[in-house]
Amino acid sequence: MQTLTAVMGHMVGGLINLTGPGHYIHWGFIQISAANLVVIGLMVVVFAAAILIPFRRPGGRD
Amino acid sequence: MTTNTETPTDTATALPEDADQLSAKLRRAAVAALPPERLMPDRQPAYVASWIYVFGVLTLASLAVVILTGVVLAIFGPSWWHVSTVGLFVNSLHLWSVEVFFFAMVVHLWGKFFMAAWRGRRRATWITGVVSFVVSVGAAFTGYLSQQNFDSQWISTQAKDGINSTGAGAIFNVTNFGQMLMWHIVLLPLVVVLLVGVHVLLVRLRGVVPPFAPTDHTAKETGADQASPQKITVKGVPS
Repeated sequence: MQTLTAVMGHMVGGLINLTGPGHYIHWGFIQISAANLVVIGLMVVVFAAAILIPFRRPGGRD
Repeated sequence: MTTNTETPTDTATALPEDADQLSAKLRRAAVAALPPERLMPDRQPAYVASWIYVFGVLTLASLAVVILTGVVLAIFGPSWWHVSTVGLFVNSLHLWSVEVFFFAMVVHLWGKFFMAAWRGRRRATWITGVVSFVVSVGAAFTGYLSQQNFDSQWISTQAKDGINSTGAGAIFNVTNFGQMLMWHIVLLPLVVVLLVGVHVLLVRLRGVVPPFAPTDHTAKETGADQASPQKITVKGVPS
């Protein structure tokens, strides 16, 4: 389990460095962490996909 | 011993004189208000086939995982969830199911907002959904304060100034760990579960909001029945 956790940690750490303070984006009086901005962006993308992707029913009914 | 052959007022009432009992009256009122065929319908209108409702169900599923993992964390305590490998895993499950809960709830909420889901006597359904979102934010916030680590200390000392500026700090002290833990594991979960339960019951009672009636322009293009959008059906599937 610990080996798996370590491997996963290295894999994710290779993509995103989570060591150290978080990254923040400043735009005038707006300040938001990069992580929160990414999650909001993902929610917008998933929302658009939920609207645009047809909902298929079992048995091919649509 | 006498045998009464008169027809009882409902199938669960064996004797007519029992029909006046409080339990019988409550049962009849509950069945009238929440008929089983509406609580657990076999079919839904065609317009319910939308990913937006999948995200509503995903919200419910993640809430169940949040509560289950929270119960496990409550059984074993902070020394277990911070040190033990399994404890760290359950703690992470608790956190990430909260993340999924909010993610799915926001997508569901955006969808219902643009559908104007409060139409047709569905205001209470919309309001219970919105209020459960707001209360869930409080539940998550007190959860971050209950982690028992430096992160929770940092969050509490940052939040106290904001809470104090509203005047609520006198009764809601974010640096009082015991109070925040009780809010997190007792009060707010009760309110969230109650609101979500009422929300789901209202969805069953009032039904899912139908699409907007097509305008003259779109009706000509699609041939839709402008007067009765509820009559839109799937091929071979009655609404």
